[in-house]
Amino acid sequence: MSDTRTLSRAGGLARFKGANNEGVLALVLVVLIIGMTIISPSFFSVGTFFAILRSSIVPLVFALAVLIVIISGGIDVSFAAIAIFAAYTAVKLTGSGNFDPGLIAIVLFACLIGALLGLVNGAVIARFRLSTLIVTLGTQGIFRGLLVAYIGSRYIADLPGSMSAVSTSNLISLEGGGANAYLHVLVVPVVLLCVLVALMLRKTMFGRGIYALGGDMEAARRAGFSVVRIQIALYVLAGVLAALAGVFHVILGRNANPQDLVGTELDIIAAVVLGGASIFGGRGSVLGTVLGVLLVQLINNSLILVGVPTAWQRTAVGVLLVIGVGIQAISAKRESKRVLVNDEVKE
Amino acid sequence: MTSSNPPTGQPGVPVLEVRNISKSYGGAKALEGVSLALQAGHVHCLAGENGCGKSTLIKIISGAERPDGGEIFIDGKPHPFMTPSQAIKEGIQVIYQDFSLFPNLTVAENIVLTSVVAKRSKVFSAGKNRPAAEHIVKELGLTLDLDKDVERLSVADKQLTAICRALVSEARVIIMDEPTTALTHSEVARLFGIVRKLQDRGVALVFVSHKLEEALQVSQDLTILRNGIHVVSGPTTGFDRRSLIKHMTGRAVNETRLITSPQLEERPVLSVRSLSVSGAFHDVAFDLHRGEILGITGLLGSGRSEIAESLFGVLPADSGTVEVEGKTVRIRSIDDAIRAGIGYVPEDRLTQGLFLEKSIADNIIAGSVDKHRRGPILLDSGKVSSSIRRLFDQLRIKAPNVLAPVRSLSGGNAQRVVLAKWLANQPKVLMLNGPTVGVDVGSKEEILAVLREQAGNGMGVLVISDDVPELVTVCNRVLIVRQGAVVDVLEGDAVNGTAIEELMAA
Repeated sequence: MSDTRTLSRAGGLARFKGANNEGVLALVLVVLIIGMTIISPSFFSVGTFFAILRSSIVPLVFALAVLIVIISGGIDVSFAAIAIFAAYTAVKLTGSGNFDPGLIAIVLFACLIGALLGLVNGAVIARFRLSTLIVTLGTQGIFRGLLVAYIGSRYIADLPGSMSAVSTSNLISLEGGGANAYLHVLVVPVVLLCVLVALMLRKTMFGRGIYALGGDMEAARRAGFSVVRIQIALYVLAGVLAALAGVFHVILGRNANPQDLVGTELDIIAAVVLGGASIFGGRGSVLGTVLGVLLVQLINNSLILVGVPTAWQRTAVGVLLVIGVGIQAISAKRESKRVLVNDEVKE
Repeated sequence: MTSSNPPTGQPGVPVLEVRNISKSYGGAKALEGVSLALQAGHVHCLAGENGCGKSTLIKIISGAERPDGGEIFIDGKPHPFMTPSQAIKEGIQVIYQDFSLFPNLTVAENIVLTSVVAKRSKVFSAGKNRPAAEHIVKELGLTLDLDKDVERLSVADKQLTAICRALVSEARVIIMDEPTTALTHSEVARLFGIVRKLQDRGVALVFVSHKLEEALQVSQDLTILRNGIHVVSGPTTGFDRRSLIKHMTGRAVNETRLITSPQLEERPVLSVRSLSVSGAFHDVAFDLHRGEILGITGLLGSGRSEIAESLFGVLPADSGTVEVEGKTVRIRSIDDAIRAGIGYVPEDRLTQGLFLEKSIADNIIAGSVDKHRRGPILLDSGKVSSSIRRLFDQLRIKAPNVLAPVRSLSGGNAQRVVLAKWLANQPKVLMLNGPTVGVDVGSKEEILAVLREQAGNGMGVLVISDDVPELVTVCNRVLIVRQGAVVDVLEGDAVNGTAIEELMAA
């Protein structure tokens, strides 16, 4: 049958593509970098590379939080609200920089707040089996409101010493030749988080449970997974990750502003979906997410370099999101056709 | 049949026995005084029409529901009721109709995951668990690609994956809920081969089915339920097709060939010439007259469904001509087909043909809004409600009223709503793909009666099916499709079961 040949060709292609289109994404990244270098030769430098990494720090941690929620078949739009709530509250508690309990205490405190807010999301979603989008839309409004009403609405310029010390620490500093390049120290915890989340997803029953939930919730229940416990735990984890992202954001920006991070949700969700996570749940990888975040950051950066007005960045990210979802929908359709063909071959 | 190697229990003591189980929901009795005994190495067929209490009994055995009365014995030890984890620990596994697999995970992981969950393990290693999956697949002599995602498997392979999963959890009792509904003949044969292997391992199987031949062919013991009441139990050899139907429906159902010979008009209502779709079928030609029921049959993948899909514009033809009442029509889209007077009831009645959350009334009218218009914009509400009423009564849809959501209906009734939807359009030609798949014997007879009635009213009816008895009972003529070509046309007395089966598989 002529179909078998196309099948095996598709098989070779599939290996390159990776389970979640990671190969395609890597290819797009490379093409984009080459294209940018041709347009503007100064683009291709260690400095640019480090700058893109730095700008990816906060989005990447957010993306990890969004990734686990999306794999479980949900969607979270409250992560930015949780992040700034946790980070701002932690900084505020230091008396706006006057009292310094140490970096670790601040981070732990922020994580605790993130976990609590995530627990609210998870408990409501798991207990009442409500739509995750609606619940997190609601809670993000509640969290933002509570923050401004009860914690504070003022911009805090002075961070405690232990935090501002990190702000200016670089892992690698290359100076001289007129081109200075700095790699911020915060990439270390981010890489660590990526590895941890990847291991958690692949090697623990909790991680497999998240995939199982996203694949078929009823089947997960029948297989003996505690669906409620997994859902609550994963939203708590997403809350903790969001809080960490919030703290990193405050450290990088060297100030705490309760109005920050509003409207960054789209970029993150777009990056995760571009990274191959299925909006229908059950699919997604940390590697794909990292590539997705880098792609979005690269586009945001490179558009400035070639002189495209910043307003168009939003448009570009929006277009990317639609393309990412479109690819998923089309490949899902092809997939169902391929199953049909397989059946015929067997007969 | 004796088991060569029963794993536990003395011979004669049933692995699982339920006695006098009763269960009611609210005031409605779902089960009353039902008993069942499963022997190691035996296949026990549980038969009955939809709503007879089969699923409730399965739920009680698997621990999903608690019985109101009665006892459950495992290896002779009494348990008042089961919990899901207890049932799994005792080796009771249910293979649901939808298989309950994870479409996004690989075959290997699907096979082992449940047993890892049951061990209360915190970590998961794909590598360490793989040998267990490999072992079971090899033992059953299957060719499953362990690394493939389950969503890319055929239905039959999904089922095999579910069976492997049950065995990895050391199942002693496997309950299969309607296991053959979505399978073709060769796949069913393969499944039965595996069932025999399971018997040899000493597994007790429960086969829930309403396909009678299969029940008679595969089982050693048989239990029939009707309206929640235990009608009869006994060795399968004591039953035949006729007595089975009688016990299931409580009446004698006529399954003999019942066709009328319509006065054929000279001009066919549908005339197809050298119709081809590359990769699916080629040079298909046939005529269909008013009042005629024409069967199209063949194995899955023979192109039988694609012919109908092409005539309905889902899969536009590459070449060939289609005439409706002598007029040539070009069918490039579903709209074209509907305008030409062709209706199609798809194979997967639940997902392709209905809006499950909407009411029966909305569903009936959904395909024929154009026929119920007053002026260019408004709907003629009087005409709409009279159409709905007429079809609701004519098709005897069992529902409290026309506003009930379709999701609340049983399979047979849902199928009737799909039929009603197409009849509301008053098509000249109605094509039905597997019109009675997943429908019980009683409803099947009624659906076929509706088709005869519609043909009698002057419609041309095309039935695409691989249910041979159904084709024999209802079709005037049967086209046999093999590898994308019509290889034979049976007519009159030539339409019989053996002839069709031989030609299909030849």
